[in-house]
Amino acid sequence: MNIVVCIKQVPDTTNVKINPETNTLVRAGVESIINPFDMYALEEGLRVREQHGGTVTVLSMGPPQVEEALREAISLGVDEAVLLSDRGFAGADTLATAYTLAAGIRKLGGAEIIFMGRQAIDGDTGQVGPGVAENLMIPHITDIRKIESIAEDGTIIVERMLEEGYVRLKTSLPVLLTVVKEINEPRLPSLKGKLAAKKKEITTYVEEDLDLDSERIGLTGSPTWVQKIFTPPKPAGGKLFQGEAKEAVAALLAELKSAGLPLGAKEADNGID
Amino acid sequence: MESIKILLDKCVGCGLCLKVCAYDALEWVDKKVRINEKCTICGACVDVCKFDAIEITRRSFKGQEVAAYSGICVFAEHRGGELSSVVPEIIGAARQLKESLGKPISAILLGHEIKDLAEELIAYGVDEVWMRDDAKIGEFAEDVQADLTAKILQEKKPEIFLGGGTIMGRSLLPRVAARLLSGLTADCTELTIDDESKLLRQTRPAFGGNIMATILCENHRPQMATVRHKVMKAADKVDGGYEGKIVSLDHLPVPEPRIEVLEFVPEESGTVNLAEADFIVSGGRGLKDPKNFVLVESLAKALNGAVGASRAAVDAGWIPYSHQVGQTGKTVNPKIYVACGISGAIQHLAGMKSSDLIIAINSDPAAPIFGAAHYGIVGDLFEVVPEIVKQLGG
Amino acid sequence: MNYFFSEEQEMIRELAAKIAKEKIEPIAADYDESGAFPWEIVEILAKSDLFRVFIPEEYDGLGGGILEMSLVVEELSKACGGIALAYAASGLGAIPIMLFGNEEQKKKYLPRLAAGEMLAAFGLTEPDAGSDAAAIKTTAKPDGDEYVINGTKQWITNGGEASIYTVIALTDPTRGIRGSSALMVEKGTPGFDFGKKENKMGIRGSVTRELVFQDCRIPKENLLGREGGGFLVAMKTFDQSRPGVAAQALGIAQGALDKALAYAHERHQFGKPISSFQGIQFMLADMATQVEAARTLTYQAARTIDAGARNVAKISSMAKVFASDTAMKVTTDAVQIFGGYGYMKEYPVEKMMRDAKITQIYEGTNQIQREVIALQMIRESMRKKG
Repeated sequence: MNIVVCIKQVPDTTNVKINPETNTLVRAGVESIINPFDMYALEEGLRVREQHGGTVTVLSMGPPQVEEALREAISLGVDEAVLLSDRGFAGADTLATAYTLAAGIRKLGGAEIIFMGRQAIDGDTGQVGPGVAENLMIPHITDIRKIESIAEDGTIIVERMLEEGYVRLKTSLPVLLTVVKEINEPRLPSLKGKLAAKKKEITTYVEEDLDLDSERIGLTGSPTWVQKIFTPPKPAGGKLFQGEAKEAVAALLAELKSAGLPLGAKEADNGID
Repeated sequence: MESIKILLDKCVGCGLCLKVCAYDALEWVDKKVRINEKCTICGACVDVCKFDAIEITRRSFKGQEVAAYSGICVFAEHRGGELSSVVPEIIGAARQLKESLGKPISAILLGHEIKDLAEELIAYGVDEVWMRDDAKIGEFAEDVQADLTAKILQEKKPEIFLGGGTIMGRSLLPRVAARLLSGLTADCTELTIDDESKLLRQTRPAFGGNIMATILCENHRPQMATVRHKVMKAADKVDGGYEGKIVSLDHLPVPEPRIEVLEFVPEESGTVNLAEADFIVSGGRGLKDPKNFVLVESLAKALNGAVGASRAAVDAGWIPYSHQVGQTGKTVNPKIYVACGISGAIQHLAGMKSSDLIIAINSDPAAPIFGAAHYGIVGDLFEVVPEIVKQLGG
Repeated sequence: MNYFFSEEQEMIRELAAKIAKEKIEPIAADYDESGAFPWEIVEILAKSDLFRVFIPEEYDGLGGGILEMSLVVEELSKACGGIALAYAASGLGAIPIMLFGNEEQKKKYLPRLAAGEMLAAFGLTEPDAGSDAAAIKTTAKPDGDEYVINGTKQWITNGGEASIYTVIALTDPTRGIRGSSALMVEKGTPGFDFGKKENKMGIRGSVTRELVFQDCRIPKENLLGREGGGFLVAMKTFDQSRPGVAAQALGIAQGALDKALAYAHERHQFGKPISSFQGIQFMLADMATQVEAARTLTYQAARTIDAGARNVAKISSMAKVFASDTAMKVTTDAVQIFGGYGYMKEYPVEKMMRDAKITQIYEGTNQIQREVIALQMIRESMRKKG
């Protein structure tokens, strides 16, 4: 089974803070990590390899420092790591990124399952997966919470998470799947893996190595661009109650009642808005 | 080709740009700033530079013929014979855009036996429904829908195409955008028309909700955007009815589905649908133990509401992801939102801050949640929550 | 403080710290209550190759030494001294095999220990032989190509869970301790049984049982080292394992210090965080200084052993005695800093105080350690004179 996992290195946005004075993003001390959803994608790729044999190749697009993220993936046990890195790729929006990643996957050849995380925590768009699948002209299914089975004849049955439950779908390889956190519990790296990761050679492809239309990559290949960035206004904060629980609660409920605000099913049924 | 550069004669070395760069792409060189290879050309520095010393030169690949595109189109997602609850909200947004642009609203409706949905769309103020009715068009996989949608957009050429930021929408629209080679912006919180250029200004959160970005798609059409449920105000059906046309696009061939639906398994009944709920009580890390969710449940029950959770509680395995409220969970817009033992990280606020009334209970008076809450109780939730239930007569 | 570790040592430490934080910390309180054996953590440690760190490369290990083992034990102990002990005690059980095993014995057990497929244990203590180790009564009578073991070992960590046990027994009771030998016994050998699981004050995430031998027959090949060399095996083993105990105490102390420091910022009294009061500040300073001193001694003892020094008893005893006394003091102070909350089981520090106590007792009581140190000092000073 030829498995490719696409990962993205992102700033750890859960730790990003806003400077209260200048109201701007504080970058200092924010680590670069593998996008958390991609860790689940890597884990699933490794599990499929454990069950069905084959190889797992991890692929990422970005500046040279993305190598750190690839080495982390190697320490988990992937077989090969490939980096697409070129100044010409910079500034890509999701369309250009999907185009470039697809070219990388095509260069690798033979991919049967492509795993990606559901979305990256910096952009949160979730758009690159479907875009890559379109470029490769293969089916894609998002929000996979379980791979039920992969048959000898290349058919795969998966569970896709939906808002109101889940749906069981069947399709044939090759396919691109984006995964959600419910799908598995990512493994920790092993020491042997980490030691191997230090020495492992990472293949890097630049623009010339790939079959690309230079108009479609990087900033030029991006139909959307950011016109403005601003920090959302800070909320003002409301009224606080403190002290003994009994009194504080009584005071709060009294205030809500006098403001005519609904609290409790009975009052709500009165249609008070 | 330097797409982004520092104009050294204008740079005074104030360092403001360095502070806002989330990618560590700016460095000090000789008391001024240089850009290194980590730059993703996100433009945050350009915005913050008071001296106009950073310049981005944009040139995009050849786009569609802009003048040929006209109108506002929405994707009418539906399932089980009903329009998805996000659809009236997108139509609401489209109607506002119509006021600025003066162009008609259309809807793409794909499925089987959907004529009454078409009529419902018109009732919301859609001028033209582009419909394709066929048994091969399913509700759970987007392969056929993406193909048809792309073909319709190519034929009808609306300048704007909006879809729901639902699981389906976030899978369908990117595929369509990649097929049509146009731009798509996900999870917009605001959509307006620029007075001069008449372009669609698409505003959305980034960096986990820490900052907002306004995005344009200048040379490519259609300008595509998705909107999450409960973010925009739903349109009301037009008073006195509305006149619109249903156009059946039967000439469009329906491709063979490549994805087969085996079975749909609905979520356990009995859990109030979080996204639709009018009353929500959420629990976070402050509960200290999964068994303490009973407190949250008891208050939710007293309010006849749903149970939500912060990402911390879900990641710790205390409650399933379907209850997660926040940036990567559900966006909710209830009448009342009670946050118990939730600190109020930006990512969580992003999912609930538009609630009509927010009440926070936390032992830490400095918790950010109190900034977003209308009312707060600083105290031990293990005492406060049962007390609220008690005083409500529950 | 920078201890100038190599990249690989840092890698080992970081991985152990990651596992401690993500996997052990969330469940430490549960295991403290249940006293169950933490197999789920053993599995994670095994998959991460952490059991390999102190085993030589030719036996599938990563070729590290006592320092690497100590780094792992320290990091794991910050999250839970009890759970860390499952790892540390297996290390203790592996040491005699590494020091005294012949090629066959090493090949038979070390690779599996390295893979974390099985755990080891060490049995010397008996009901009437604690500090007075020479008073052991368990016999291992030579009988043809076998030894027949009879007797009881008490308070053996990993007892019942480990697969291989190195046990010190009298092969020639007439010679007293000079007639003792080290023997390897596998779990499941007929005549080898376990007593009940002990109900302990602390380190409840580790399992302690009696080993009961009743006409237990083992092949002669299971003799470790030579007949009569049992005591030597035990002493040399303890010399090497002491930094591990010190590391456990160190980790427990550091964990308690970290919690106390964080709490001191959060807790407000008289309108200020308690960390702004000198009384608390002085306590914290003393705790931190002692922990750092314990750390330095522990690493130095480990490094000395790994460098192949011949005489390591004194430094390794110093590390053990100082680190364990420090752990007891620091955890007690941590409870004090937490005040009333520190006394409640809901908060983590009372457990740490209970966990710390054993480090002053086992693997040679601190009284014995002091004797070892003193005797060494006297010997050395007399050597200089003469």
